[in-house]
Amino acid sequence: MDEQSERLEALNELGNYIRVLLPDDVLGVVLVNGELTVSVRREPIVKILTALRDDTSCQMHQLIDICGVDYPDRKERFEVVYHLLSMRQNHRVRVKLTTDAVTPVPSVTAVYSAAGWWERETWDLFGVLFSGHPDLRRILTDYGFEGHPLRKDFPLTGYVEVRYDEQQKRVVYEPVKLDQEFRNFDFLSPWEGAEAMRQAMPGSGDGNGEGNG
Amino acid sequence: MAESQIQNFALNFGPQHPAAHGVLRLVLEMDGEIVERADPHIGLLHRGTEKLIEYKTYLQAVPYFDRLDYVAPMSQEHAFALAVEKLLGIVPPPRAQYIRVLFAEISRILNHILSITTMALDLGAMTPLLWGFEEREKLMEFYERASGARLHAAYFRPGGVHMDLPHGLTEDILAFCDSFPAHLDDVEGLLSDNRIFRQRTVDIGVCSAREAIDWGFTGPMLRGSDVAWDLRKAQPYDAYARVDFDVPVGKTGDCFARYLVRMEEMRQSLKIMRQCIDDMPGGPVTVDDHKIVPPPRAEMKHSMEALIHHFKLYTEGYHVPAGETYTAVEAPKGEFGVYVVSDGTNRPYRCKIRAPGFAHLQGLDFLCKGHMLADVVSIIGSLDIVFGEIDR
Repeated sequence: MDEQSERLEALNELGNYIRVLLPDDVLGVVLVNGELTVSVRREPIVKILTALRDDTSCQMHQLIDICGVDYPDRKERFEVVYHLLSMRQNHRVRVKLTTDAVTPVPSVTAVYSAAGWWERETWDLFGVLFSGHPDLRRILTDYGFEGHPLRKDFPLTGYVEVRYDEQQKRVVYEPVKLDQEFRNFDFLSPWEGAEAMRQAMPGSGDGNGEGNG
Repeated sequence: MAESQIQNFALNFGPQHPAAHGVLRLVLEMDGEIVERADPHIGLLHRGTEKLIEYKTYLQAVPYFDRLDYVAPMSQEHAFALAVEKLLGIVPPPRAQYIRVLFAEISRILNHILSITTMALDLGAMTPLLWGFEEREKLMEFYERASGARLHAAYFRPGGVHMDLPHGLTEDILAFCDSFPAHLDDVEGLLSDNRIFRQRTVDIGVCSAREAIDWGFTGPMLRGSDVAWDLRKAQPYDAYARVDFDVPVGKTGDCFARYLVRMEEMRQSLKIMRQCIDDMPGGPVTVDDHKIVPPPRAEMKHSMEALIHHFKLYTEGYHVPAGETYTAVEAPKGEFGVYVVSDGTNRPYRCKIRAPGFAHLQGLDFLCKGHMLADVVSIIGSLDIVFGEIDR
């Protein structure tokens, strides 16, 4: 228990230190669940990560992960989340920034070599642009794939399905045909279930919304 | 003499090459037999796990983690279970913690046997594979006896483990711990001083400590490069703080060092397994909150409340307080992390899976540069990649 509180104290100090280190670029520092989250402005991200890596009190030498999160209701709908690890200090820091579908985020491949594929993945799955990336191709989806599948407005079933066509002797792409409609149950508001279901399944037919009987 | 133009040529390695360890398509730019550039094309096994999890309750998301790194399924579940527990603010009872550590180490041996023996197979040694897989089968039997499934166990769940260990299992695991070192010695005898194996691995794919850190390497890839970093020691979770083990570190950072690290890790895993069994306390294996874990079957036969809990759990699931966490475990391949964002409902808003193999495969380009084509095979073998987790 004592070790735990010592750790929290150290993280808290680190958060305050980062706030002082980068006063113009840090928008907020929060410590929740024993994890430090730093919200920053988008443009100076290269400078911020370089500072976190090289500063003697931070020593965030390893980039663990970059990923996107989609909040369609926000003005800048995407969050790009960087997870950093300091092996010397045994700390983790989460750095967050926001962007939208057209504004590029400066690439941090010059700071951490590992960033390359994770930025490609974020571009592929969310459509977040990274400026200055040496090789921003798609990475996980199919060759010639259209759309960004982890966006909240991308349907779970996707738009096309593939199969091998015996006549044409090649793989063909066709619109998705499901034998059974995808069922997405809403357990959140039991008394308005039918209404929520109707909204969740546009075009599900006759409009009684219970099309999963 | 006529001037001749020498052109690099591109070589497609995979996606159906037996040494590609799955569906890796590797486009190699070759200058004669020297690799100039390696461009891995991944995603041929992409199943949209992260998207699917957003449409499932927290409990329904557990089995997806078995299907990531299907060589060591329980290590993946471990990360997810810990992440959800952190958001829920619950701690599993001590017995569950020990069972988890026990099976996490069984998973580590499962993984390392496969990793080492298939690497040896790629380099021409077939016997280790045949011997190793017999031992793997025994370990998978332990999986089956605990969870009911050899591979896709869904055994570690938020709140503990699914069921208590059956009678006699710990004795059999102890017997395995006694017999397995002899098998390890056999494999080591075949490989460690084998001239061909050494020629194919020593000084091949050398990675300095600085490079390993810069490229986001973790696990044996990092420890093989002389960085003593192990999450089980540095940020212990579950019962790891209460067991005693050593972290082997390689000095040279080549394929051989990584092989040695994995061999020694298996011996350390046996040590941890023995301690787990010796120290394992009695008691429940799940938290005592039937809003999160289902009530026992017998109770449901006479208690209306238990029946309601069961029904709610398997339809609606449980609601996780809004928040976010990045929780990582030391999976056999390296740091396996889960970044869960909860919006307070019964489904994860976002679940990002940080697979160690993804970062390792990214480093293939710089590891292969300047090596011969045949060395690519040993480097891929030493990276220990499994496409389930890389492509997700």
